[in-house]
Amino acid sequence: MERRAYYRNKGLPWLLIAPQLLLVLVFFYWPTSQALYWAFTLEQPWGGGNSWAGWDNFLAIFHDREYWGTVVRSAFYACCTTALSMFMALTLAVFVDRSLKGTRAFQSVYVWPYAIAAPAAGVAFRFIFAPEAGLVGAINGLWPGIWNPAINGYQALGMIIVCHSWLGIGYNFIFFLAALQMIPRSISEAGAMDGARPVRRMLDLQLPLIAPTVFFLLIINLISSFTDSFGLIDTMTEGGPFGSTEVMVYKIYFDGFKGLDYSGAAAQSIILMLLVVALTFVQFRWVEKRVHYN
Amino acid sequence: MTRNWLLNAAFTVGALALATAPALAAPTKFDFWYGLSGDLSERIQDMCKDFNASQADYEIVCTSQNDYDTNLQNTIAAYRANKQPTISQIFDAGTLDLMLSQAYLPIGELMTQNGYDIDWSNYFSGIASYYSTSKGELLSMPFNSSTAMIYYNTDALAKVGFEGLPTTWSQVEDVARKMKAAGYDCPIGFDPAGAWQWFEQFEAIHNQPIATNGNGFDGLDAEMVVGKGKFVQQLTWLKAMYDEGLLVLKSKDTGEVDQDAFAAGKCQIFSGSIAGHGSVTAKAIPDLHWDVAMLPMLDGVERTNSLVGGASLWTLKGKTPEEYKGAAAFYNFLATPKQAEWWSTVTGYIPVTNTGFEAMKANGFYDAAPYKGREKAVESLTFTPPTENTRGIRLGNYASIRAEMVKTMQNVLFNNQPVQEALDEFDAKGNDILRRFQATYKDAVLP
Repeated sequence: MERRAYYRNKGLPWLLIAPQLLLVLVFFYWPTSQALYWAFTLEQPWGGGNSWAGWDNFLAIFHDREYWGTVVRSAFYACCTTALSMFMALTLAVFVDRSLKGTRAFQSVYVWPYAIAAPAAGVAFRFIFAPEAGLVGAINGLWPGIWNPAINGYQALGMIIVCHSWLGIGYNFIFFLAALQMIPRSISEAGAMDGARPVRRMLDLQLPLIAPTVFFLLIINLISSFTDSFGLIDTMTEGGPFGSTEVMVYKIYFDGFKGLDYSGAAAQSIILMLLVVALTFVQFRWVEKRVHYN
Repeated sequence: MTRNWLLNAAFTVGALALATAPALAAPTKFDFWYGLSGDLSERIQDMCKDFNASQADYEIVCTSQNDYDTNLQNTIAAYRANKQPTISQIFDAGTLDLMLSQAYLPIGELMTQNGYDIDWSNYFSGIASYYSTSKGELLSMPFNSSTAMIYYNTDALAKVGFEGLPTTWSQVEDVARKMKAAGYDCPIGFDPAGAWQWFEQFEAIHNQPIATNGNGFDGLDAEMVVGKGKFVQQLTWLKAMYDEGLLVLKSKDTGEVDQDAFAAGKCQIFSGSIAGHGSVTAKAIPDLHWDVAMLPMLDGVERTNSLVGGASLWTLKGKTPEEYKGAAAFYNFLATPKQAEWWSTVTGYIPVTNTGFEAMKANGFYDAAPYKGREKAVESLTFTPPTENTRGIRLGNYASIRAEMVKTMQNVLFNNQPVQEALDEFDAKGNDILRRFQATYKDAVLP
């Protein structure tokens, strides 16, 4: 007994999805097609004309050692941010799920960071991490010169990673908590009666049961750390010092808007898009096999 | 019934508006976008109000786009969407980008067409040449002009027994070392973001080319030559000074910029634009005694003129003749001696014409604090007639090349990259940027 909704009028379904379709066309496919066109031409910034360049833009990028530097940096950045943010969020969610004292309050407090726009957070973090004036800079009083992201590239990158993770924790937390609360109490309780400690219960029971959520968050976090780092980097380090916080998306912005190299930036954004698509594809194709939906 | 009444009313109002329009003659509005913020933005707003109050035919609408970069980006975006302002303020490094854009009206043509006769030879040659074609035609209106200077805390100089102000880098090194020994933590405040003063202006006053073809004036096929000139020696020196702790990093990233550290008495020397003279005056702690001087020289090198910094005003194509009339009237307003003097007084920018400067000198403007010392910027800018290397920088996407220099200096100072290797890499990257620009404008001829 199959039940299917169907429309008698062939035009009606199209009419109903038209608004959504129009939005996607105008705000996604049209800009993407423009970028694709620019990537294969040399576009004059003032729109005076452009000439066909074939694969030249891509070849120029692939021959640029610095570009590969940003790719490796972006991958490292994405892995660290995702791991840190998800781990912290999961830990917090597990504690909140255990209904410790004050859970209600923490439930809402932990989500707040997600509501802060990245540039605003960036400005605040700049003050916190400033080596001479900031809160963290206070440790320079104990060990002079130990903290200085203005001249130390690793510290600068680490600082951005921590900030990006912090911003993402709230979002991850909500999903983890919802997933944990979906697990029937009886399962955990049965485990407890068998003598499993909380950590063991989490690893053997809860984690496998929330695997679909973990998988979903993994994809979302990876994509976001590849594409959303701009606001933080622009307000905190502007890619410096000596390019050590320049990730792919920041280089696109810099080359396109500051360097007025529209075509080079367009080609880079096509590469970034393909990379993110490929990453998502790989995850769905291979990682998802290990996830069991109910 | 009601509908008829409404229609009638609308009709009457419309007719009235039409009838009274010629009598009131609403002023022609036109837009001016600029890239300054904070106090300087307020001054520009004052200037716009004064212009609007000075006549009834035009109304200028002045909008801050926050900084030079953003203003250039927004102007381009607006131009591509055909919503450009009539006038846009473009910084020095964007000059060639504008020149090849075919999006502007040359200033001379605009003024002549609208019946203004401006004596262009009255403009300081070093300023005019920066914004002129290689044949000498000025394309944009020189506006906020500055040049790089060095600021000294005179109390600190006196404490280490130096009379007057140092004029060579070896003297600077000497006093810095003595200051350090005398207990000053930060003899010289340094910010690598200041590639303009530490690199470009150094090249200019030592008559060193940044690129072949006379810094690009003679063609788009210019090649970078920084790694072959005196800057190798200078950057090596900067590195040694940094390692010795005489040159101290003071930037946005450390929490305090060099100018603020100087005004607070923490750093004793820093190099920056003459436009900052007013800010230092305003921010200086009580009893801070300081002075400003032309940039120091290497020993045994003859000084040439320094480069103009700041921005100029470009008139964009695609507007109505009335709006251009308004723009011309505005430029004419800016060129009046009274206006020029006001602008120089309330900002640290220098006057751009010979007569303007002479008039201010005659008035005694430069004789006493807080404006004393600013005349040295004009001296630096007009020290010699512009040479092939000091008339300006005509390189495509120069803002990117400047950013590469910032990275290069950071790499040498903080990352211990060997100087020669770093500057050779800089030249190579600069050449990539230039070749890309050349390919983008492959049929274009430099005006």
